[in-house]
Amino acid sequence: MDAIILARAQFAFTVSFHFLFPAFSIGLASYLAVLEALWLRTGKGVYANLFRYWLKIFAVVFAMGVVSGIVMSYQFGTNWSVFSDKAGPVIGPLMAYEVLTAFFLEAGFLGVMLFGIKKVGRKLHFLATLAVALGTFISAFWILSVNSWMQTPVGYEVAANGQFLPGPSWLTIIFNPSFPYRLFHTVLAAYLTTAFIVGAVGGWHLLKDRTNPGARKMFSMAMWMAAIVAPVQIFAGDMHGLNTLEHQPVKVMAMEGHFQSHPHGAPLILFGIPNSAEQRVDYAVEIPKASSLILKHELEAPLQGLDTVPRADQPPVGIVFWAFRVMVGIGFAMLGIGLLSLIARWRKTLYDWPLLHRFAVLMGPSGLIAVLAGWIVTEVGRQPFTIYGLLRTTQSASPLDAPAVASSLLAFVAVYFTVFGMGIWYLLNLMKKPPEAHEAPPSDAPIRSAGITPAPAIIEGASA
Amino acid sequence: MIDLTVIWACIIGFAIIAYVVMDGFDLGIGILFPFFKVGKDRDTAMNSIAPVWDGNETWLVMGVGGLFAAFPLAYAIILPALYAPMIAMLLGLVFRGVAFEFRWRDPAHRAFWDKAFTAGSVVATFAQGVALGALLQGITVEGRSYAGGWWEWLSPFSLLTGVGLLVGYALLGACWLNWKTEGGLQRQTVTYAGRLGIGLLVMIGVISLATLRLETQYYQRWLNFPGVLATAQVPLATLIVTIFFYRSLRLKRDAQPFFWALILFGLCLIGLGVSIWPDVVPARVTIWEAAAPVRSQLFMLVGASIMVPVILTYTAWSYWVFRGKVGVEGYH
Repeated sequence: MDAIILARAQFAFTVSFHFLFPAFSIGLASYLAVLEALWLRTGKGVYANLFRYWLKIFAVVFAMGVVSGIVMSYQFGTNWSVFSDKAGPVIGPLMAYEVLTAFFLEAGFLGVMLFGIKKVGRKLHFLATLAVALGTFISAFWILSVNSWMQTPVGYEVAANGQFLPGPSWLTIIFNPSFPYRLFHTVLAAYLTTAFIVGAVGGWHLLKDRTNPGARKMFSMAMWMAAIVAPVQIFAGDMHGLNTLEHQPVKVMAMEGHFQSHPHGAPLILFGIPNSAEQRVDYAVEIPKASSLILKHELEAPLQGLDTVPRADQPPVGIVFWAFRVMVGIGFAMLGIGLLSLIARWRKTLYDWPLLHRFAVLMGPSGLIAVLAGWIVTEVGRQPFTIYGLLRTTQSASPLDAPAVASSLLAFVAVYFTVFGMGIWYLLNLMKKPPEAHEAPPSDAPIRSAGITPAPAIIEGASA
Repeated sequence: MIDLTVIWACIIGFAIIAYVVMDGFDLGIGILFPFFKVGKDRDTAMNSIAPVWDGNETWLVMGVGGLFAAFPLAYAIILPALYAPMIAMLLGLVFRGVAFEFRWRDPAHRAFWDKAFTAGSVVATFAQGVALGALLQGITVEGRSYAGGWWEWLSPFSLLTGVGLLVGYALLGACWLNWKTEGGLQRQTVTYAGRLGIGLLVMIGVISLATLRLETQYYQRWLNFPGVLATAQVPLATLIVTIFFYRSLRLKRDAQPFFWALILFGLCLIGLGVSIWPDVVPARVTIWEAAAPVRSQLFMLVGASIMVPVILTYTAWSYWVFRGKVGVEGYH
């Protein structure tokens, strides 16, 4: 295997693992802020208990997100140094802004959020929670701006030495054409990811004890999210797709499996096996002209296919095609459970319908899978370029020997599966415990040896 | 005309200093961890840094992110050159970072996560020291990229700097615990601080002398007349600070030894600056050769000049919230 394939595998592996944690923690931070706000406002203990229940989970997820994220800030340099040299003047500052405005904010207030409620009081503590939630969002803002610029690069100049330099307007670079769509779609995806995990945990505990107030509350909140956000997300995804059609039509060809051009309306291929060697989709099940209807809102609209693109400029069609179907399929399943929950509410059986609860448990990891699938669609669909249409992946890598990249890849795989495998097991253990009326504080860490136990004080606050 | 490149070199330098000041002691606690008694002592040591380690580590991202943004060429040369130590550092940080949470989540495996905490801290620290040594001894650069092999970083000198940093961070960790704890643990760390202080002085001496032999640039910078009159102040100041450090230990001060140790580190970094200025890849690439264009520098400078003071403010607030001795009731 050559060093480039190994470097790509390493980036794909480390970023995929990393992405799972922020996808969960972006939504979870906001959920915690909502819970704490409801607690402060209503004084109801159930919110305080849910807050503490999910805060313990958040601490573990966040720790894994941080350590896997630090790796990413080095991956650009260790494995993609030529890309870093060339793109650094444009994307480097955006990433520096992420550190300055997001990472410090999250990390700076996390300590207070986890351990400080007794020391700073409820209102300041709520501000700390808000700061952490805001930090996770700002982080998504900048890193998605960087990613979007790599997809739809604008506002740059090319120097004599081949470096991409910023043009006169940073706003053009930051708000590049695909950024608003990608940001909206990805942040909604993070909220849905969290909602479905929360819903699964709620559903699980309702199956055991349908009177548990914490389980009822979290299940209900999660199902509202599913019912409201899933349809919005499908709409946002459609907008993002149309934007991609405008700026990266080749990616859409791969998503649709359109090897051939269709001057009189393109079919929607539901399933099939893309065959890049023969440039066709085997065993295709298709709806005539439906793709043109979706993408162009017109049955007879012409759509170009991959036959207009040189082979050397085509992305790997199979991966993009399948990942896209996984994502869309999950999206519609999310919509389905949202609708079912509305029916259940109307019939007043939200907490008494085991089938719905089982479905929710099954859908627990769906957001994570959909997020990864979507990420694969957009990243693999950008190939064979790192900066779309401008810099090829083969011309972006570090001058490293294959054995060096192979050994570091093996080390990452071994460490990630061990460490994060155990971390995920701890998460599942935390989720397995039902939310109790007197949920213990976030971590026994600083409290444990502090000589006093602030827990009673917090619970007093909770019932106040 | 103000030179933005120099300003950015200073900001990166500040980030590195901030990183050493803040993450040095919590890595040091990881290094010393196996020597603390299982149970209350270990919990206290861990708790003294649990609320702040994450923010501390962000300065590492700030340093490397700033390098990427302000000096992309240096980032593109240095990281492939230091490939193995960097990967080792990252993996070390993974282990120690998750250990903060995992040791509480899984009491049955707490002994394992304690070991992971130490191993991760030792590997990360050693790798940082090795990386520094590898940079100082010079890396092979051709055109705009690194041109050496993947073992070039390995040398007696880089191993020496790796050990030096282990001793240094351990000293900071011991001094931090002297400040933040009481009783047996505090007495234990005072003893360690005394010994590690001697160890660090020896390491500083040996590494400084070895550095002079690496590049003629370093030798001339330090020893040519009349520059030597200025540079000689650095070792002189080191000796004076050492005396104050031991005096504060003898007087059983809580916080003072920690700050004297930090100043000792600061002097080392100043010494480093004397050797390499104005290079960003020592003796290979200057800051001006590696600098990002003015538009990039200016755009980031706006953000940095607003955000860095804000960051320092809320970081200080966070430390203030968790001030005082860990594990004393009066502290709440």
